[in-house]
Amino acid sequence: MKALIALAAFVLMSCSSSVIAPNQTPNNNGKQIAFSREKGNCLACHEIADGEFPGNIGPALKNLPSRFKDKHQLREQLWDPARFNPETSMPPFGKNKILSEDEIDQLVDYLWTLK
Amino acid sequence: MFKPFVLCLPKHTPPFDKLKANGNLKLHKARSITAMVLAILMPFPLAAAPEQDQAAFREHYRQRFPDLQLPDYSNGVYAIDPVARESWRAIEEFPPYEPAIEQGQKLFAAPFKNGKHYFDCFPNKGRGIAQKYPVWRKQTGEVVTLAKAINECRELNQEPGLPYSTGDLVYLQAYMAYTSRGKAISVEIPEDDPRALSAYEHGKAFYYRRQGLFNFACATCHVQNAGKKLRAEILSASLGHTSNWPVYRLKWGEMGSLHRRFSECLTQIKAKPLPEQSIEFRNLEYFLSYMGNGVPVSGPSTRK
Ligand code: HEC
Ligand code: HEC
Repeated sequence: MKALIALAAFVLMSCSSSVIAPNQTPNNNGKQIAFSREKGNCLACHEIADGEFPGNIGPALKNLPSRFKDKHQLREQLWDPARFNPETSMPPFGKNKILSEDEIDQLVDYLWTLK
Repeated sequence: MFKPFVLCLPKHTPPFDKLKANGNLKLHKARSITAMVLAILMPFPLAAAPEQDQAAFREHYRQRFPDLQLPDYSNGVYAIDPVARESWRAIEEFPPYEPAIEQGQKLFAAPFKNGKHYFDCFPNKGRGIAQKYPVWRKQTGEVVTLAKAINECRELNQEPGLPYSTGDLVYLQAYMAYTSRGKAISVEIPEDDPRALSAYEHGKAFYYRRQGLFNFACATCHVQNAGKKLRAEILSASLGHTSNWPVYRLKWGEMGSLHRRFSECLTQIKAKPLPEQSIEFRNLEYFLSYMGNGVPVSGPSTRK
């Protein structure tokens, strides 16, 4: 019995890692792209407001206007993070065409608003 | 009844850096610091002797996880994730891999059609030898993993090879690993054949090479970010990554092989998975096993 309960807990735990959807439906495209596992999956590594079970490989995504001189520079970070840090642990979303140009623009607009 | 490994862990283990399972840890301090600095600075480390690689590799984890002793690494991510460790320990009280050991033992003892047995192919009748694999075979100039050695034994006895990722071959390995439990991994890179060193270097290069759509290396996750969370999953250290195989993986719902796990990690970064027992994977296993020399065998085991 004890083993069964443990097994259940174990399985539940492994399921929790596949929770994608935030409680609220994302209300804009950029957010959807950031949260979706098939798209940006940014929560795998970053804490983002409203996002459940974030990873902690990268810094929390907020107050980005204070860290990037403009949206263009933020876009560079998403396009090819190796330009800023050759040993980066962040995928090159633009350079390797993980996301489209349009999706990256929408992401940038969304990220720019995060407090 | 087979005892779960976690309960068999020795109560006290020698301090990490005093462990002399292999004689390589006596490196001069200054040299190992240089190696360490290089390992940190170099995304793709310079060529160095395997002993120096090993010292730097361990030093990296020792700094990151100062509380861990070398044998702890055979518990994979559960060595560093206290929450998951609790449920894992409870499961290991009635280990889901137990039938695999029993099945493997039966298969191992059964005669081939020619009357010979698996144990005729191995030293010490195949008992307590898993920790020595992979081995370098000079005659053919290649790395031979335990899985490959089992299939070669079959061929030698005119039996067809078994599939690698799951099923009988994995059960046979489960049994053989079980007879090696607690024995320190002791993989050798013979000095009398430069091709062995070259195979090791290929495995190492593969481990540090960025690849796939995500442009990640194995080291990006398991060295640079070991202990950090990818979503809800904590990333394990690669030290001891070969010690606990084969595993019963809850996600698979069955026993599976180390190379199957390699391919899964490659798929995660959208890189091309490679065939089981491909030369690349055997060299990678050779490199990882050598890094893990001294970590006790804990296979078969359970993983999420
Ligand atoms: C697998 C890990 C990973 C994923 C997935 C990831 N990142 Fe990152 N990100 C990082 C790391 C690590 C950094 C820290 C800087 C570096 O190492 O390059 C970073 C840095 C950043 C920064 C700079 C933050 C700052 O304050 O300097 C931004 C912005 C960013 N990421 C956005 C994103 C977005 C948007 C996504 C999804 C489309 C994403 N990241 C996906 C790992 C990741
Ligand atoms: C994007 C991150 C990532 C990359 C890159 C990656 N892995 Fe993994 N790996 C994981 C995660 C997550 C797990 C499951 C949790 C754990 O045990 O670390 C895992 C598990 C493993 C395991 C099982 C450990 C155990 O105790 O059962 C092995 C072995 C492994 N990885 C080897 C590799 C190798 C070899 C490579 C390169 C070919 C690689 N990984 C690349 C994320 C990654």
